[in-house]
Amino acid sequence: MIRDTTLGAKLWAAAIWTLVGFFVLNLFAMIGTVVTSSFATRWLGTWLPIGWTTRWYDSAWSEFQLGDVLLVTFQVVGAVVLISGLLGVTAAYALARREFAGKRLLVLLFLLPLLIPPITFGIPLATVLYRTGLAGTFWGVVVANLVPTVPFVILVMIPFIEQVDPKIEAAARVFGANTFKLFVHVLMPLLLPGILAALLLVLVRTIAMFELTFLVAGPTSQTLVVALYYAVFAAGVRAVQSIDAMAVIYMVTTLVWLIIALRFVNPTQIVTRAKQQPAH
Amino acid sequence: MHQTVAPSIIQGPSLRQRLAARGFDAVTLLVVPAAVFSLCLFVYPFAFGLILSFEPKSGGWLSNYVRFFSDSFLYDTIGKTLWLAVPVTLLNLVLAVPIAFRVRLMRHQRLLTTILVLPITLGTVLVAEGLLNYLGPQGWFNRTLMTFGLISQPLKLVHNYWGVFASLVITGFPFTFLLTLSYVTGIDPALEQAAATLGASAWQRFRHVYLPLLMPGFAITFCLSFVQAFSVFPSAVLLGAPAGPTRVISIAAYQAAFEEYDYSMASAIAMIMGFVQLAIVVAVLASRGLFYRGPASGAKG
Repeated sequence: MIRDTTLGAKLWAAAIWTLVGFFVLNLFAMIGTVVTSSFATRWLGTWLPIGWTTRWYDSAWSEFQLGDVLLVTFQVVGAVVLISGLLGVTAAYALARREFAGKRLLVLLFLLPLLIPPITFGIPLATVLYRTGLAGTFWGVVVANLVPTVPFVILVMIPFIEQVDPKIEAAARVFGANTFKLFVHVLMPLLLPGILAALLLVLVRTIAMFELTFLVAGPTSQTLVVALYYAVFAAGVRAVQSIDAMAVIYMVTTLVWLIIALRFVNPTQIVTRAKQQPAH
Repeated sequence: MHQTVAPSIIQGPSLRQRLAARGFDAVTLLVVPAAVFSLCLFVYPFAFGLILSFEPKSGGWLSNYVRFFSDSFLYDTIGKTLWLAVPVTLLNLVLAVPIAFRVRLMRHQRLLTTILVLPITLGTVLVAEGLLNYLGPQGWFNRTLMTFGLISQPLKLVHNYWGVFASLVITGFPFTFLLTLSYVTGIDPALEQAAATLGASAWQRFRHVYLPLLMPGFAITFCLSFVQAFSVFPSAVLLGAPAGPTRVISIAAYQAAFEEYDYSMASAIAMIMGFVQLAIVVAVLASRGLFYRGPASGAKG
Protein backbone atom coordinates (compact mmCIF):
# COMPACT_ATOMS: atom_id res chain seq x y z
CA MET A 1 0.00 0.00 0.00
CA ILE A 2 1.08 3.52 -0.72
CA ARG A 3 1.23 5.97 2.15
CA ASP A 4 1.71 9.66 1.51
CA THR A 5 3.69 11.54 4.10
CA THR A 6 3.19 15.08 2.84
CA LEU A 7 1.48 17.65 5.09
CA GLY A 8 -1.56 17.81 2.82
CA ALA A 9 -2.04 14.06 2.99
CA LYS A 10 -1.74 14.09 6.77
CA LEU A 11 -4.30 16.88 7.09
CA TRP A 12 -6.64 14.98 4.76
CA ALA A 13 -6.27 11.82 6.82
CA ALA A 14 -6.88 13.77 10.04
CA ALA A 15 -10.02 15.33 8.53
CA ILE A 16 -11.35 11.91 7.55
CA TRP A 17 -10.70 10.37 10.96
CA THR A 18 -12.40 13.35 12.59
CA LEU A 19 -15.43 12.69 10.42
CA VAL A 20 -15.47 8.99 11.35
CA GLY A 21 -15.01 9.89 15.00
CA PHE A 22 -17.87 12.39 14.84
CA PHE A 23 -20.18 9.79 13.35
CA VAL A 24 -19.27 7.05 15.83
CA LEU A 25 -19.48 9.51 18.75
CA ASN A 26 -22.98 10.58 17.75
CA LEU A 27 -24.03 6.98 17.27
CA PHE A 28 -22.85 5.97 20.73
CA ALA A 29 -24.29 9.12 22.30
CA MET A 30 -27.64 8.31 20.72
CA ILE A 31 -27.58 4.76 22.12
CA GLY A 32 -26.25 6.13 25.41
CA THR A 33 -29.18 8.54 25.67
CA VAL A 34 -31.66 5.67 25.43
CA VAL A 35 -29.81 3.55 28.00
CA THR A 36 -29.31 6.45 30.44
CA SER A 37 -32.93 7.51 30.18
CA SER A 38 -34.16 3.98 30.86
CA PHE A 39 -32.40 4.03 34.27
CA ALA A 40 -33.32 7.61 35.15
CA THR A 41 -35.70 8.62 37.91
CA ARG A 42 -36.15 12.13 36.56
CA TRP A 43 -34.20 13.63 33.68
CA LEU A 44 -35.18 17.14 32.63
CA GLY A 45 -32.84 19.92 31.62
CA THR A 46 -29.63 18.46 33.05
CA TRP A 47 -26.67 16.52 31.67
CA LEU A 48 -27.43 13.46 33.74
CA PRO A 49 -30.56 12.32 35.55
CA ILE A 50 -31.16 13.22 39.17
CA GLY A 51 -31.22 9.61 40.35
CA TRP A 52 -31.01 6.05 39.09
CA THR A 53 -33.57 3.27 39.22
CA THR A 54 -34.47 0.01 37.50
CA ARG A 55 -38.20 0.25 38.12
CA TRP A 56 -38.92 1.36 34.51
CA TYR A 57 -38.04 -2.13 33.37
CA ASP A 58 -40.73 -3.59 35.62
CA SER A 59 -43.29 -1.06 34.47
CA ALA A 60 -42.35 -1.46 30.78
CA TRP A 61 -42.58 -5.22 31.15
CA SER A 62 -46.14 -5.05 32.53
CA GLU A 63 -47.40 -1.99 30.61
CA PHE A 64 -46.42 -3.26 27.19
CA GLN A 65 -46.99 -6.97 27.98
CA LEU A 66 -43.42 -7.57 26.93
CA GLY A 67 -43.55 -11.20 28.05
CA ASP A 68 -46.21 -11.96 25.44
CA VAL A 69 -44.59 -9.75 22.81
CA LEU A 70 -41.20 -11.41 23.28
CA LEU A 71 -42.78 -14.85 23.09
CA VAL A 72 -44.51 -13.96 19.81
CA THR A 73 -41.28 -12.41 18.51
CA PHE A 74 -39.28 -15.55 19.17
CA GLN A 75 -41.99 -17.79 17.76
CA VAL A 76 -42.14 -15.71 14.56
CA VAL A 77 -38.37 -15.56 14.29
CA GLY A 78 -37.99 -19.28 14.96
CA ALA A 79 -40.55 -20.20 12.30
CA VAL A 80 -39.00 -17.79 9.79
CA VAL A 81 -35.49 -19.13 10.42
CA LEU A 82 -36.56 -22.76 10.09
CA ILE A 83 -38.68 -22.35 6.97
CA SER A 84 -36.30 -20.00 5.18
CA GLY A 85 -33.48 -22.42 5.97
CA LEU A 86 -35.37 -25.38 4.51
CA LEU A 87 -36.59 -23.58 1.38
CA GLY A 88 -33.45 -21.54 0.91
CA VAL A 89 -30.74 -24.17 1.31
CA THR A 90 -32.43 -26.69 -0.99
CA ALA A 91 -33.02 -24.08 -3.68
CA ALA A 92 -29.47 -22.78 -3.32
CA TYR A 93 -28.17 -26.33 -3.77
CA ALA A 94 -30.04 -26.72 -7.05
CA LEU A 95 -28.90 -23.30 -8.28
CA ALA A 96 -25.27 -23.93 -7.32
CA ARG A 97 -25.01 -27.40 -8.87
CA ARG A 98 -27.06 -27.28 -12.05
CA GLU A 99 -27.07 -25.16 -15.18
CA PHE A 100 -30.47 -24.99 -16.80
CA ALA A 101 -32.54 -22.79 -19.05
CA GLY A 102 -34.19 -19.96 -17.13
CA LYS A 103 -31.66 -20.01 -14.27
CA ARG A 104 -30.80 -16.34 -14.72
CA LEU A 105 -34.48 -15.45 -14.61
CA LEU A 106 -34.85 -17.46 -11.42
CA VAL A 107 -31.87 -15.71 -9.81
CA LEU A 108 -33.46 -12.38 -10.75
CA LEU A 109 -36.69 -13.54 -9.13
CA PHE A 110 -34.78 -14.18 -5.91
CA LEU A 111 -32.81 -10.95 -6.18
CA LEU A 112 -35.75 -8.59 -6.55
CA PRO A 113 -37.26 -9.01 -3.05
CA LEU A 114 -33.86 -8.02 -1.62
CA LEU A 115 -33.42 -4.98 -3.83
CA ILE A 116 -36.96 -3.62 -3.66
CA PRO A 117 -37.62 -2.00 -0.28
CA PRO A 118 -40.12 -3.87 1.91
CA ILE A 119 -42.60 -1.01 2.08
CA THR A 120 -42.97 -0.98 -1.73
CA PHE A 121 -43.87 -4.65 -2.08
CA GLY A 122 -45.31 -4.81 1.44
CA ILE A 123 -48.47 -2.88 0.62
CA PRO A 124 -49.61 -5.13 -2.27
CA LEU A 125 -48.50 -8.16 -0.21
CA ALA A 126 -50.53 -6.98 2.79
CA THR A 127 -53.52 -6.44 0.50
CA VAL A 128 -53.30 -10.02 -0.74
CA LEU A 129 -52.84 -11.35 2.81
CA TYR A 130 -55.87 -9.39 4.05
CA ARG A 131 -57.95 -10.80 1.19
CA THR A 132 -56.94 -14.35 2.12
CA GLY A 133 -57.54 -13.67 5.81
CA LEU A 134 -53.95 -14.53 6.68
CA ALA A 135 -53.02 -11.01 7.75
CA GLY A 136 -53.32 -10.31 11.44
CA THR A 137 -52.48 -13.90 12.32
CA PHE A 138 -49.22 -15.44 13.43
CA TRP A 139 -48.71 -17.22 10.11
CA GLY A 140 -49.42 -14.05 8.15
CA VAL A 141 -46.49 -12.37 9.87
CA VAL A 142 -44.27 -15.41 9.27
CA VAL A 143 -45.20 -15.60 5.58
CA ALA A 144 -44.61 -11.87 5.04
CA ASN A 145 -41.20 -12.09 6.70
CA LEU A 146 -40.25 -15.07 4.56
CA VAL A 147 -40.54 -13.05 1.35
CA PRO A 148 -37.13 -11.36 1.73
CA THR A 149 -35.47 -14.01 3.92
CA VAL A 150 -35.83 -17.03 1.61
CA PRO A 151 -34.01 -15.19 -1.23
CA PHE A 152 -31.47 -13.93 1.30
CA VAL A 153 -30.60 -17.48 2.39
CA ILE A 154 -30.42 -18.60 -1.25
CA LEU A 155 -28.03 -15.85 -2.29
CA VAL A 156 -25.81 -16.29 0.77
CA MET A 157 -25.69 -20.08 0.37
CA ILE A 158 -24.96 -20.31 -3.39
CA PRO A 159 -21.27 -19.34 -3.11
CA PHE A 160 -20.93 -21.54 -0.02
CA ILE A 161 -22.24 -24.60 -1.84
CA GLU A 162 -20.22 -23.84 -4.96
CA GLN A 163 -16.99 -24.10 -3.00
CA VAL A 164 -17.75 -27.68 -1.88
CA ASP A 165 -16.04 -30.00 -4.36
CA PRO A 166 -18.67 -32.00 -6.33
CA LYS A 167 -16.22 -34.94 -6.33
CA ILE A 168 -16.95 -35.47 -2.64
CA GLU A 169 -20.61 -35.94 -3.45
CA ALA A 170 -19.74 -38.21 -6.39
CA ALA A 171 -17.62 -40.34 -4.06
CA ALA A 172 -20.51 -40.66 -1.60
CA ARG A 173 -22.78 -41.68 -4.46
CA VAL A 174 -20.29 -44.31 -5.59
CA PHE A 175 -20.41 -45.79 -2.09
CA GLY A 176 -24.17 -46.03 -2.35
CA ALA A 177 -25.47 -42.99 -0.49
CA ASN A 178 -28.91 -41.82 -1.59
CA THR A 179 -29.79 -38.14 -1.79
CA PHE A 180 -31.03 -38.01 1.81
CA LYS A 181 -27.93 -39.73 3.22
CA LEU A 182 -25.76 -37.48 1.05
CA PHE A 183 -27.41 -34.42 2.55
CA VAL A 184 -27.25 -35.58 6.15
CA HIS A 185 -23.79 -37.18 6.25
CA VAL A 186 -21.80 -35.28 3.63
CA LEU A 187 -23.30 -31.91 2.77
CA MET A 188 -24.68 -30.85 6.13
CA PRO A 189 -21.38 -31.11 8.04
CA LEU A 190 -19.57 -29.25 5.25
CA LEU A 191 -22.21 -26.55 4.88
CA LEU A 192 -23.01 -26.11 8.56
CA PRO A 193 -20.89 -22.96 9.08
CA GLY A 194 -22.51 -21.33 6.07
CA ILE A 195 -26.03 -22.35 7.06
CA LEU A 196 -25.45 -21.16 10.60
CA ALA A 197 -24.18 -17.78 9.38
CA ALA A 198 -27.05 -17.34 6.96
CA LEU A 199 -29.68 -18.30 9.52
CA LEU A 200 -28.20 -16.04 12.21
CA LEU A 201 -28.36 -13.13 9.79
CA VAL A 202 -31.95 -14.06 8.99
CA LEU A 203 -32.66 -14.08 12.72
CA VAL A 204 -31.20 -10.60 13.25
CA ARG A 205 -32.95 -9.24 10.17
CA THR A 206 -36.31 -10.68 11.22
CA ILE A 207 -36.13 -9.26 14.74
CA ALA A 208 -35.41 -5.84 13.23
CA MET A 209 -37.80 -6.15 10.26
CA PHE A 210 -40.29 -3.39 10.91
CA GLU A 211 -42.15 -2.62 7.68
CA LEU A 212 -43.49 -6.05 6.71
CA THR A 213 -44.48 -7.06 10.24
CA PHE A 214 -46.08 -3.67 10.81
CA LEU A 215 -48.19 -3.95 7.66
CA VAL A 216 -49.58 -7.43 8.35
CA ALA A 217 -49.49 -7.85 12.15
CA GLY A 218 -52.62 -7.87 14.27
CA PRO A 219 -52.76 -7.05 17.98
CA THR A 220 -51.73 -10.57 19.00
CA SER A 221 -49.07 -11.11 16.35
CA GLN A 222 -46.91 -8.02 16.94
CA THR A 223 -43.18 -8.43 17.23
CA LEU A 224 -41.07 -6.36 19.58
CA VAL A 225 -40.02 -3.77 17.01
CA VAL A 226 -43.64 -3.07 16.03
CA ALA A 227 -44.66 -2.79 19.68
CA LEU A 228 -41.80 -0.32 20.14
CA TYR A 229 -43.03 1.72 17.17
CA TYR A 230 -46.53 1.96 18.61
CA ALA A 231 -45.11 2.93 22.00
CA VAL A 232 -43.01 5.74 20.49
CA PHE A 233 -45.90 6.77 18.22
CA ALA A 234 -48.18 7.16 21.22
CA ALA A 235 -45.48 8.92 23.26
CA GLY A 236 -47.00 11.02 26.01
CA VAL A 237 -49.33 8.23 27.08
CA ARG A 238 -46.52 6.44 28.91
CA ALA A 239 -43.42 7.72 30.67
CA VAL A 240 -40.49 8.33 28.32
CA GLN A 241 -38.27 6.19 30.53
CA SER A 242 -40.65 3.27 30.20
CA ILE A 243 -40.44 3.42 26.39
CA ASP A 244 -36.67 3.73 26.65
CA ALA A 245 -36.55 0.64 28.87
CA MET A 246 -38.45 -1.22 26.18
CA ALA A 247 -36.01 0.11 23.57
CA VAL A 248 -33.11 -1.21 25.65
CA ILE A 249 -34.76 -4.64 25.87
CA TYR A 250 -35.16 -4.55 22.09
CA MET A 251 -31.51 -3.54 21.63
CA VAL A 252 -30.33 -6.37 23.88
CA THR A 253 -32.40 -9.02 22.08
CA THR A 254 -31.02 -7.83 18.73
CA LEU A 255 -27.42 -7.30 19.73
CA VAL A 256 -27.00 -10.66 21.51
CA TRP A 257 -27.71 -12.39 18.22
CA LEU A 258 -25.62 -9.93 16.27
CA ILE A 259 -22.62 -10.64 18.49
CA ILE A 260 -23.11 -14.39 18.02
CA ALA A 261 -23.52 -13.86 14.27
CA LEU A 262 -20.34 -11.79 14.07
CA ARG A 263 -18.32 -14.77 15.30
CA PHE A 264 -19.24 -16.52 12.06
CA VAL A 265 -19.39 -13.73 9.50
CA ASN A 266 -17.54 -10.66 8.46
CA PRO A 267 -19.64 -7.55 9.23
CA THR A 268 -19.44 -6.34 5.63
CA GLN A 269 -21.21 -9.51 4.52
CA ILE A 270 -24.34 -8.41 6.33
CA VAL A 271 -24.71 -5.71 3.72
CA THR A 272 -22.81 -6.88 0.71
CA ARG A 273 -23.03 -10.65 0.28
CA ALA A 274 -26.47 -10.61 -1.19
CA LYS A 275 -26.44 -7.08 -2.49
CA GLN A 276 -23.28 -7.37 -4.51
CA GLN A 277 -24.68 -9.87 -6.95
CA PRO A 278 -25.99 -7.40 -9.56
CA ALA A 279 -22.49 -6.02 -10.06
CA HIS A 280 -21.38 -9.12 -11.87
CA MET B 1 -34.67 -59.48 -30.63
CA HIS B 2 -34.10 -56.92 -33.35
CA GLN B 3 -37.64 -55.77 -33.09
CA THR B 4 -37.36 -54.98 -29.38
CA VAL B 5 -34.10 -53.06 -29.65
CA ALA B 6 -34.88 -51.08 -32.79
CA PRO B 7 -37.56 -48.75 -31.39
CA SER B 8 -35.32 -47.60 -28.56
CA ILE B 9 -32.57 -46.78 -31.07
CA ILE B 10 -34.98 -44.72 -33.08
CA GLN B 11 -36.28 -42.99 -29.96
CA GLY B 12 -32.78 -42.18 -28.76
CA PRO B 13 -32.25 -41.29 -25.10
CA SER B 14 -35.28 -41.24 -22.84
CA LEU B 15 -37.04 -38.04 -21.82
CA ARG B 16 -35.41 -38.25 -18.43
CA GLN B 17 -31.94 -38.46 -19.99
CA ARG B 18 -32.64 -35.62 -22.40
CA LEU B 19 -33.87 -33.41 -19.59
CA ALA B 20 -30.84 -34.32 -17.46
CA ALA B 21 -28.56 -33.28 -20.33
CA ARG B 22 -30.21 -29.86 -20.24
CA GLY B 23 -29.72 -29.67 -16.49
CA PHE B 24 -33.20 -30.74 -15.37
CA ASP B 25 -33.13 -33.66 -12.95
CA ALA B 26 -34.19 -34.44 -9.41
CA VAL B 27 -31.67 -31.99 -7.98
CA THR B 28 -32.99 -29.16 -10.11
CA LEU B 29 -36.45 -29.82 -8.73
CA LEU B 30 -35.20 -28.75 -5.30
CA VAL B 31 -35.51 -25.17 -6.49
CA VAL B 32 -39.23 -25.55 -7.12
CA PRO B 33 -40.56 -24.91 -3.56
CA ALA B 34 -38.66 -21.65 -3.16
CA ALA B 35 -39.55 -20.55 -6.70
CA VAL B 36 -43.24 -21.28 -6.16
CA PHE B 37 -43.09 -19.43 -2.86
CA SER B 38 -41.54 -16.36 -4.46
CA LEU B 39 -44.01 -16.45 -7.35
CA CYS B 40 -47.00 -16.69 -5.00
CA LEU B 41 -45.89 -14.13 -2.43
CA PHE B 42 -43.80 -11.69 -4.41
CA VAL B 43 -44.73 -11.74 -8.09
CA TYR B 44 -48.41 -12.47 -7.60
CA PRO B 45 -49.01 -9.66 -5.04
CA PHE B 46 -47.23 -7.22 -7.33
CA ALA B 47 -49.34 -8.26 -10.31
CA PHE B 48 -52.44 -8.26 -8.12
CA GLY B 49 -51.61 -4.78 -6.83
CA LEU B 50 -51.03 -3.49 -10.35
CA ILE B 51 -54.41 -4.80 -11.53
CA LEU B 52 -56.13 -3.65 -8.34
CA SER B 53 -54.78 -0.14 -8.85
CA PHE B 54 -56.77 0.00 -12.12
CA GLU B 55 -59.96 -1.07 -10.36
CA PRO B 56 -60.73 2.00 -8.23
CA LYS B 57 -63.54 2.25 -5.75
CA SER B 58 -65.28 4.72 -8.05
CA GLY B 59 -64.66 6.26 -11.46
CA GLY B 60 -62.85 4.97 -14.56
CA TRP B 61 -59.94 2.57 -14.58
CA LEU B 62 -57.36 5.37 -14.36
CA SER B 63 -59.11 7.41 -11.69
CA ASN B 64 -56.70 6.43 -8.89
CA TYR B 65 -53.81 7.80 -10.89
CA VAL B 66 -55.80 10.86 -11.98
CA ARG B 67 -56.61 11.51 -8.34
CA PHE B 68 -52.98 11.11 -7.28
CA PHE B 69 -51.65 13.53 -9.87
CA SER B 70 -54.39 16.13 -9.41
CA ASP B 71 -54.33 16.30 -5.60
CA SER B 72 -51.33 18.31 -4.43
CA PHE B 73 -51.56 16.63 -1.01
CA LEU B 74 -50.76 13.37 -2.82
CA TYR B 75 -48.46 14.28 -5.71
CA ASP B 76 -46.36 16.55 -3.49
CA THR B 77 -45.21 13.44 -1.62
CA ILE B 78 -43.02 12.46 -4.58
CA GLY B 79 -41.17 15.77 -4.45
CA LYS B 80 -40.89 15.68 -0.66
CA THR B 81 -39.51 12.15 -0.70
CA LEU B 82 -37.02 12.97 -3.44
CA TRP B 83 -36.01 16.14 -1.57
CA LEU B 84 -35.08 13.88 1.37
CA ALA B 85 -33.71 10.84 -0.41
CA VAL B 86 -31.49 12.43 -3.08
CA PRO B 87 -29.48 14.80 -0.81
CA VAL B 88 -29.09 12.10 1.85
CA THR B 89 -27.89 9.52 -0.65
CA LEU B 90 -25.44 11.95 -2.25
CA LEU B 91 -24.11 13.04 1.15
CA ASN B 92 -23.70 9.43 2.27
CA LEU B 93 -21.85 8.51 -0.91
CA VAL B 94 -19.62 11.61 -0.82
CA LEU B 95 -18.70 10.82 2.81
CA ALA B 96 -18.33 7.09 2.23
CA VAL B 97 -15.82 7.29 -0.64
CA PRO B 98 -12.88 9.08 1.07
CA ILE B 99 -13.49 7.15 4.30
CA ALA B 100 -13.52 3.83 2.43
CA PHE B 101 -10.23 4.77 0.76
CA ARG B 102 -8.70 5.49 4.16
CA VAL B 103 -10.15 2.43 5.93
CA ARG B 104 -8.88 0.23 3.09
CA LEU B 105 -5.37 0.86 4.43
CA MET B 106 -6.33 -0.08 8.01
CA ARG B 107 -5.25 -3.38 9.49
CA HIS B 108 -8.03 -3.73 12.03
CA GLN B 109 -11.05 -2.85 9.95
CA ARG B 110 -13.23 -5.24 11.83
CA LEU B 111 -13.85 -3.05 14.87
CA LEU B 112 -15.00 -0.12 12.76
CA THR B 113 -17.17 -2.23 10.49
CA THR B 114 -18.73 -3.88 13.55
CA ILE B 115 -19.59 -0.50 15.04
CA LEU B 116 -21.06 0.61 11.73
CA VAL B 117 -23.22 -2.51 11.46
CA LEU B 118 -24.94 -1.51 14.72
CA PRO B 119 -27.37 1.08 13.33
CA ILE B 120 -28.25 -1.18 10.37
CA THR B 121 -29.02 -4.01 12.78
CA LEU B 122 -30.96 -1.91 15.25
CA GLY B 123 -33.16 -0.56 12.51
CA THR B 124 -34.92 2.71 11.85
CA VAL B 125 -37.44 2.49 14.69
CA LEU B 126 -34.80 2.36 17.38
CA VAL B 127 -32.69 5.06 15.71
CA ALA B 128 -35.76 7.28 15.53
CA GLU B 129 -36.50 6.67 19.20
CA GLY B 130 -32.90 7.41 20.18
CA LEU B 131 -32.58 10.54 18.07
CA LEU B 132 -35.86 11.88 19.45
CA ASN B 133 -34.10 12.22 22.82
CA TYR B 134 -30.58 12.88 21.63
CA LEU B 135 -31.38 15.66 19.14
CA GLY B 136 -34.22 17.12 21.20
CA PRO B 137 -34.00 20.61 22.73
CA GLN B 138 -32.73 19.14 26.04
CA GLY B 139 -30.66 16.41 24.41
CA TRP B 140 -26.93 15.93 24.66
CA PHE B 141 -26.34 17.20 21.11
CA ASN B 142 -27.83 20.65 21.62
CA ARG B 143 -26.40 20.79 25.14
CA THR B 144 -22.87 20.16 23.84
CA LEU B 145 -23.18 22.81 21.14
CA MET B 146 -24.43 25.34 23.70
CA THR B 147 -21.64 24.49 26.14
CA PHE B 148 -19.07 25.23 23.45
CA GLY B 149 -20.90 28.46 22.71
CA LEU B 150 -21.60 27.53 19.11
CA ILE B 151 -25.29 28.30 19.49
CA SER B 152 -27.28 30.30 22.03
CA GLN B 153 -30.68 28.71 21.42
CA PRO B 154 -31.21 24.94 21.05
CA LEU B 155 -31.48 24.00 17.37
CA LYS B 156 -34.81 22.53 16.35
CA LEU B 157 -33.74 19.16 15.01
CA VAL B 158 -36.70 16.88 15.65
CA HIS B 159 -40.22 16.82 14.26
CA ASN B 160 -39.00 18.44 11.07
CA TYR B 161 -36.97 17.76 7.92
CA TRP B 162 -33.62 17.58 9.73
CA GLY B 163 -34.71 14.87 12.14
CA VAL B 164 -35.52 12.54 9.27
CA PHE B 165 -32.38 13.63 7.47
CA ALA B 166 -30.25 12.73 10.51
CA SER B 167 -31.89 9.33 10.92
CA LEU B 168 -31.33 8.57 7.24
CA VAL B 169 -27.65 9.47 7.62
CA ILE B 170 -27.28 7.31 10.75
CA THR B 171 -28.83 4.23 9.15
CA GLY B 172 -27.90 4.98 5.53
CA PHE B 173 -24.27 5.96 5.86
CA PRO B 174 -23.06 2.59 7.25
CA PHE B 175 -24.93 0.80 4.47
CA THR B 176 -23.42 3.02 1.77
CA PHE B 177 -19.99 2.84 3.39
CA LEU B 178 -19.85 -0.97 3.70
CA LEU B 179 -20.96 -1.37 0.08
CA THR B 180 -18.38 1.19 -1.08
CA LEU B 181 -15.68 -0.47 1.00
CA SER B 182 -16.35 -3.83 -0.62
CA TYR B 183 -16.01 -2.28 -4.08
CA VAL B 184 -12.87 -0.31 -3.18
CA THR B 185 -11.10 -3.32 -1.68
CA GLY B 186 -12.05 -5.34 -4.77
CA ILE B 187 -9.65 -3.31 -6.96
CA ASP B 188 -6.18 -4.70 -7.41
CA PRO B 189 -3.72 -2.48 -5.44
CA ALA B 190 -1.05 -3.23 -8.08
CA LEU B 191 -2.83 -0.82 -10.41
CA GLU B 192 -2.39 2.02 -7.95
CA GLN B 193 1.22 1.08 -7.34
CA ALA B 194 1.88 1.11 -11.07
CA ALA B 195 0.35 4.59 -11.34
CA ALA B 196 2.40 5.80 -8.36
CA THR B 197 5.58 4.41 -9.90
CA LEU B 198 4.82 6.43 -12.99
CA GLY B 199 4.60 9.55 -10.84
CA ALA B 200 0.84 10.03 -10.42
CA SER B 201 -0.18 12.05 -7.38
CA ALA B 202 -2.82 10.80 -4.95
CA TRP B 203 -5.53 12.84 -6.66
CA GLN B 204 -4.43 11.70 -10.12
CA ARG B 205 -4.43 8.07 -8.99
CA PHE B 206 -7.95 8.47 -7.69
CA ARG B 207 -9.22 10.42 -10.69
CA HIS B 208 -7.64 8.38 -13.48
CA VAL B 209 -7.23 4.89 -11.99
CA TYR B 210 -9.77 4.26 -9.27
CA LEU B 211 -12.69 6.44 -10.30
CA PRO B 212 -13.20 4.90 -13.76
CA LEU B 213 -12.96 1.39 -12.30
CA LEU B 214 -15.26 2.18 -9.41
CA MET B 215 -17.91 4.08 -11.35
CA PRO B 216 -20.12 1.00 -11.96
CA GLY B 217 -19.86 0.08 -8.26
CA PHE B 218 -20.70 3.63 -7.19
CA ALA B 219 -23.70 3.67 -9.52
CA ILE B 220 -25.05 0.49 -7.93
CA THR B 221 -24.28 1.74 -4.43
CA PHE B 222 -26.13 4.96 -5.22
CA CYS B 223 -29.12 3.02 -6.53
CA LEU B 224 -29.38 0.70 -3.53
CA SER B 225 -28.89 3.51 -1.00
CA PHE B 226 -31.35 5.73 -2.83
CA VAL B 227 -34.02 3.05 -2.95
CA GLN B 228 -33.62 2.51 0.81
CA ALA B 229 -33.84 6.23 1.56
CA PHE B 230 -36.79 6.71 -0.78
CA SER B 231 -38.85 4.16 1.12
CA VAL B 232 -38.27 5.85 4.49
CA PHE B 233 -41.25 5.25 6.72
CA PRO B 234 -40.94 4.91 10.52
CA SER B 235 -38.50 7.75 11.03
CA ALA B 236 -40.54 10.08 8.80
CA VAL B 237 -43.50 9.48 11.11
CA LEU B 238 -41.68 9.50 14.45
CA LEU B 239 -38.92 12.06 13.86
CA GLY B 240 -40.44 14.18 11.14
CA ALA B 241 -43.54 16.20 10.55
CA PRO B 242 -45.71 13.51 8.97
CA ALA B 243 -48.43 16.00 8.05
CA GLY B 244 -46.03 18.58 6.63
CA PRO B 245 -42.54 18.64 5.15
CA THR B 246 -41.80 14.96 5.69
CA ARG B 247 -45.07 13.54 4.44
CA VAL B 248 -43.25 11.01 2.27
CA ILE B 249 -44.89 8.78 -0.30
CA SER B 250 -44.88 5.69 1.95
CA ILE B 251 -46.99 7.60 4.50
CA ALA B 252 -49.50 8.43 1.76
CA ALA B 253 -49.63 4.75 0.74
CA TYR B 254 -50.00 3.61 4.34
CA GLN B 255 -52.79 6.10 5.06
CA ALA B 256 -54.68 5.08 1.92
CA ALA B 257 -54.49 1.42 2.93
CA PHE B 258 -54.97 1.46 6.69
CA GLU B 259 -56.79 4.72 7.43
CA GLU B 260 -59.07 5.01 4.39
CA TYR B 261 -59.16 1.23 3.74
CA ASP B 262 -58.86 2.02 0.02
CA TYR B 263 -56.54 -0.81 -1.01
CA SER B 264 -56.96 0.09 -4.65
CA MET B 265 -55.62 3.61 -4.08
CA ALA B 266 -52.87 2.26 -1.80
CA SER B 267 -51.78 -0.15 -4.53
CA ALA B 268 -51.74 2.70 -7.03
CA ILE B 269 -49.49 4.75 -4.71
CA ALA B 270 -47.23 1.73 -4.13
CA MET B 271 -46.95 1.27 -7.90
CA ILE B 272 -46.10 4.96 -8.36
CA MET B 273 -43.49 4.62 -5.59
CA GLY B 274 -41.98 1.60 -7.31
CA PHE B 275 -42.06 3.38 -10.65
CA VAL B 276 -40.23 6.48 -9.35
CA GLN B 277 -37.56 4.25 -7.78
CA LEU B 278 -37.22 2.33 -11.03
CA ALA B 279 -37.00 5.55 -13.07
CA ILE B 280 -34.15 6.93 -10.92
CA VAL B 281 -32.31 3.60 -10.93
CA VAL B 282 -32.61 3.27 -14.70
CA ALA B 283 -31.46 6.89 -15.17
CA VAL B 284 -28.41 6.33 -12.96
CA LEU B 285 -27.46 3.02 -14.54
CA ALA B 286 -27.92 4.49 -18.04
CA SER B 287 -25.79 7.55 -17.28
CA ARG B 288 -23.05 5.25 -15.97
CA GLY B 289 -22.06 4.76 -19.60
CA LEU B 290 -21.27 8.48 -19.93
CA PHE B 291 -18.38 8.23 -17.48
CA TYR B 292 -16.41 5.28 -18.68
CA ARG B 293 -16.69 2.64 -21.31
CA GLY B 294 -14.62 -0.50 -21.30
CA PRO B 295 -13.70 -3.38 -19.05
CA ALA B 296 -13.95 -2.47 -15.39
CA SER B 297 -14.24 -5.86 -13.77
CA GLY B 298 -11.06 -7.15 -15.40
CA ALA B 299 -9.06 -5.32 -12.76
CA LYS B 300 -10.63 -7.06 -9.83
CA GLY B 301 -7.94 -8.92 -7.98
